Amino acid sequence: MTVSEIVDRRGNNRENLLQILHDIQDSSGDNSIHRDAIEELAKIMDITVADITGTLSFYTMFSTKPRGRHIIRLCESPPCYIMGSENILDALQKKLGVKLGETTPDKKFTLEPSSCLGTCGVAPAMMIDDEVYGNLNAKKVSEIIDSISKSGGN
Amino acid sequence: MAKPRTYVLVPIDTNTVTAGAREVKNAISAEIGKRGLSDEITVVETAAFGPTDAGVLVAVQPDNVVYANITVANVAEIVEEHFVKGRQCKKFILAGEKPVLPKAGETDSRKLQELGRIVLDNCGVIDPENIKEYIARDGYFALGKTVTELKPEEVIKVMKDSGLRGRGGAGFPTGLKWSFCAPVKSKEKYVICNADEGEPGTFKDRLIMEGDPHKVIEGMTICGYAIGGNKGFIYIRGEYKLSIQRLQKAISDAREYGFLGKKIFGSTFSFDIEIKIGAGAYVCGEETALIESMEGKRGLPRLKPPFPAQCGFRGKPTNVNNVETLANVPPIIRNGADWFKKFGTAGTPGTKVYTVLGHINRPGLIEVPTGVTLREVIYGYGGGMKSGKFHFAQLGGTAGDILGEEMLDVPLDYDAMQKNGHVLGSGAILIVNDSVDIKDFLYSCMKFFVHESCGNCNPCRNGLKIIKDITQRLKEKKGYEDDIDGMEEISMILKSSAFCPLGQSPAEPIMSALRYFKEEIKQGIDSKAVKPTIRHTQRDLITLAPV
Ligand SMILES: Cc1cc2nc3c(=O)[nH]c(=O)nc-3n(C[C@H](O)[C@H](O)[C@H](O)COP(=O)(O)O)c2cc1C
Ligand code: SF4
Repeated sequence: MTVSEIVDRRGNNRENLLQILHDIQDSSGDNSIHRDAIEELAKIMDITVADITGTLSFYTMFSTKPRGRHIIRLCESPPCYIMGSENILDALQKKLGVKLGETTPDKKFTLEPSSCLGTCGVAPAMMIDDEVYGNLNAKKVSEIIDSISKSGGN
Repeated sequence: MAKPRTYVLVPIDTNTVTAGAREVKNAISAEIGKRGLSDEITVVETAAFGPTDAGVLVAVQPDNVVYANITVANVAEIVEEHFVKGRQCKKFILAGEKPVLPKAGETDSRKLQELGRIVLDNCGVIDPENIKEYIARDGYFALGKTVTELKPEEVIKVMKDSGLRGRGGAGFPTGLKWSFCAPVKSKEKYVICNADEGEPGTFKDRLIMEGDPHKVIEGMTICGYAIGGNKGFIYIRGEYKLSIQRLQKAISDAREYGFLGKKIFGSTFSFDIEIKIGAGAYVCGEETALIESMEGKRGLPRLKPPFPAQCGFRGKPTNVNNVETLANVPPIIRNGADWFKKFGTAGTPGTKVYTVLGHINRPGLIEVPTGVTLREVIYGYGGGMKSGKFHFAQLGGTAGDILGEEMLDVPLDYDAMQKNGHVLGSGAILIVNDSVDIKDFLYSCMKFFVHESCGNCNPCRNGLKIIKDITQRLKEKKGYEDDIDGMEEISMILKSSAFCPLGQSPAEPIMSALRYFKEEIKQGIDSKAVKPTIRHTQRDLITLAPV
């Protein structure tokens, strides 16, 4: 979907900006909001580029940097921390060969830290795209990554 | 068709879906069909009813059996044993004490409420995506009564009499809040349901929305009638996909049945609800930041007063309530204030939904009368410590107090906690054993706050960073001699001068940890560590730097 189609669908109104940004990011192909999309949006909605950039940078779910096809969000909040989220971080970094905040060279995965995902019942937990994975350990992490890699998923 | 004699309940929620709950449910239906039992046994999709740590659960009613950690491979065996041969499959039965299970097909919800469930009485019992099941259990009865029999003032009076206090953390009396908004003259007024739930360890609102979305919708609509508003919004975190999906379905079903829309129950009252999706910012749970975010801006808290009741969303009078608060509304209207006051303590009537987690045997969701003690929660509902010895508990999420063993027997309600210098908070109870160092834990808490500070005001932006650095030094046993005093001082500066509660609240975990565990924290000091000389003191950094 193009930027103007998205704005038409959601309604050209400042109140809908977050939803519009969600949609732009989802249809970007690399899970990010591109500079030219922001510029186009600024024109269509009559909001300055600085204002849009300021708003989107406030929210952790938005990124202006291109990201992998799958976003791994590892919970770092205290409930997961006491259940060993640091070990899970190590396991993920080793498995993917990237550090927190980075994207794998094949552009498949981006590893991000996250505050509580609201799934503490199965701590330590992470979310990959829309799915939650809980009760993690190093072995499980490796299997999950393998299965997503293999499915070649989109 | 014969009346089904047995119900198989499979909770489908965020946790169980990844464990394969949908596949298990389909396999059970297929297996039952294959054996020609479909007329007698109904397989129902429900939502979580308690344990969150036991994989896919399958409950059989009225037999009152709960199987845990079920996979597709086990299905044939269970169906064969339980339904064909009539023997319970011992090896799959959920270990430990059974959760209090409401009975499926039980239509008398009052009976369930006697069990002590007001908010969760439908969770895990009905199919949350089927409005008829909600209606069959007195759903929307309270709304009908409200708009056809009661005046708005009368609704507010019932809410005031019930003594219900907000479940979002602060415990503000709900009826009183509504009574601020009601008399304000305005053509437009709004009801906002705060479903941002970002407090670490808290996920009760998610389970309420996943398990019984109509109750929240009904509560909002009653609130709209009471304050004189015609439009509601649910501001929900973007991560809660299943909740969003179920709420969307519930809203459109409610519209179809005439519980939302124009002239509800033939009255002159109209109301509709829209969902607004957040984008990941803890501070947006604060009601004024939430409103800013709903207006499409950065989620920066506003200066209060004016309060949202006078000037909220779009500058119009707005009432913001938590999900659990709103879910309490229909049962109160249906059964009356006196009925509600029979539950819990005098100061905080009703029940409280908690998420209990950490190093205990049975982490999960519980609804208990206010006033039970931490000891009862840990050793009764939580099944005791899973490993190690009890070290401390954190109540109400990361912004909550850290409690030592001394506090195990204090009743959990707003007043009793306050009397002891603590806050009850949002409903998370994190139980931690002696394998975790308190300094390490504090560091993790501070990391959270530094990440979530919106950066708008100076004490919070700089002060939190200083405290985080101190906790990091202490955890690495490299603390300076005056670090503990420094930490205390900065927390108190934050408490008195941060712009919003996010910046004020880190004082809770810090000060309470110092109260119970000062000795353990002192062990992080290295008497040989030399503090670098700096031009400004820590205090200057906060108070002098430009805002
Ligand atoms: C940093 C911060 C985060 C908050 N997060 C939430 C939240 O996630 N959910 C919620 O209901 N209230 C949250 N609150 C409290 C709200 O500001 C508000 O008091 C509450 O929604 C009022 O509802 P109640 O009266 O029904 O409790 C938060 C407050 C602060 C300061
Ligand atoms: S206290 Fe923190 S979160 Fe609140 S306004 Fe100030 S910087 Fe923002």
